[in-house]
Amino acid sequence: MNRPPKILTFLSILSSILFLLALGLVLFFTPLEAKMNYVQKVFYFHLSSAWVGMLGFICAAISGIAYLVSQDMKWDIIEVASVEISLVFFLNAIVSGSIWAKPSWGTWWTWDPRLTTAAILEMIYVAYILLRQGIDDPERRARFSAVYTLVGGLSVPVTFLSIRLWQSIHPAIIVTQGTEGGSSFGMTPAMLFTMIFSILTFTFIFVTLLWHRIRIGHLAVLVAELRNQENEEMQS
Amino acid sequence: MTPSQRTTKPIRVVLSILWKDLVSELRSRELLPALLVFSLLVVILFNFAIELSPDLRLVITPGILWVTFIFAGNLGLNRSIAAEKELGCMDSLLLSPIDRSAIFFGKVLGNLFFLMCIEIIILPIYSLLYNLNLFHPSLLLIFLLGSIGYAAVGTLLSVMAVQTRLRDLLLPILFFPVILPLLMAAVKACDAVLQGQGVSNASSWLNLLVAYDLIFLAVGYMVFDFVVAE
Repeated sequence: MNRPPKILTFLSILSSILFLLALGLVLFFTPLEAKMNYVQKVFYFHLSSAWVGMLGFICAAISGIAYLVSQDMKWDIIEVASVEISLVFFLNAIVSGSIWAKPSWGTWWTWDPRLTTAAILEMIYVAYILLRQGIDDPERRARFSAVYTLVGGLSVPVTFLSIRLWQSIHPAIIVTQGTEGGSSFGMTPAMLFTMIFSILTFTFIFVTLLWHRIRIGHLAVLVAELRNQENEEMQS
Repeated sequence: MTPSQRTTKPIRVVLSILWKDLVSELRSRELLPALLVFSLLVVILFNFAIELSPDLRLVITPGILWVTFIFAGNLGLNRSIAAEKELGCMDSLLLSPIDRSAIFFGKVLGNLFFLMCIEIIILPIYSLLYNLNLFHPSLLLIFLLGSIGYAAVGTLLSVMAVQTRLRDLLLPILFFPVILPLLMAAVKACDAVLQGQGVSNASSWLNLLVAYDLIFLAVGYMVFDFVVAE
């Protein structure tokens, strides 16, 4: 338990190499986009971060339900691991999205369904972390977190739908076509390749981080148990 | 707890919990007056924070009303569950041989009642202050639908929040991001009615409200057990 398994070490090294390769591809391989120049390059990691954020979100929702059904602490560990990773990557996606939006749409932020939903999801996860910090009993913490993941996981699609509805009634001040690339600029094969490569790389990074975080979660449980044992021994 | 012990009909349990909330409020007269004064003050604050000129009034009234109710309701939820906890009433409820989801629906009804009380009193005052007619039956329907979803999510989350170290501070943080679709739907539906477009123009928003209510009543029903279990 103390040493990471060999596959995990391999994965860590592999994702580091893949990340460096992806960075190289983004910086040197992809052509400059005509209108946006260098800023367009933020797109590859933006899309990949958003993808990892979504993966984490889905993982967290599934583990939340699994915890409520099975009451097995391992699901709680997976859940918090996914949420923490998702939190960081969504923040990355939001920030890089803003950097993209400024030259593309002329504003840092629009209340586009995708942007707003990402921001709300981020807020839900921040609330989730605060909720966890406020509870000492691990079992209750696991239950409450799972319930909140479920509530959050259900409200996020509803939020997305309602913002969409909200926009279709509102006159669109800024036409936000093609947020995720594609339609707003023509992609050359090099761009497409880099995009797919980045997404794959980030998926590897997600799996690696998730695994590390789950290991840390198990170790934390172990430490807590040892500490309890020690306390009991000192008392007796 | 064996099923045979749960002999009391759930609907009677729900109603008696609602009744308990009403009687205790009637005797202490703490919550409702405070919430009413609070709501009125928020409306007054809005009046000076945003210049409510007559032409602007119609457009932003739904937003002001809903934000006021959400803030007041948040305070009310905290108070109602804290009282339950402090007096040990929650523990007695949990010990009694009743279905826990019945406790959930009882508390939702209680919270819904307080919320509706605030709305029923604030709406005429608002109409009076701003010379706006807020007495459309469809408007009341929107307020009812919005309050049901609000009470359902709020009851569930307030029971959770009160058991954490941050207590009442945590409720709005957990609550507001989840309540966003409800706020949007309610405000937009009210807007359509106030603009004189009729409720049929807001049918998609009404559907959304109904869907939200049903989803979160069902979620509350299913997970309330996990939130109160010791």
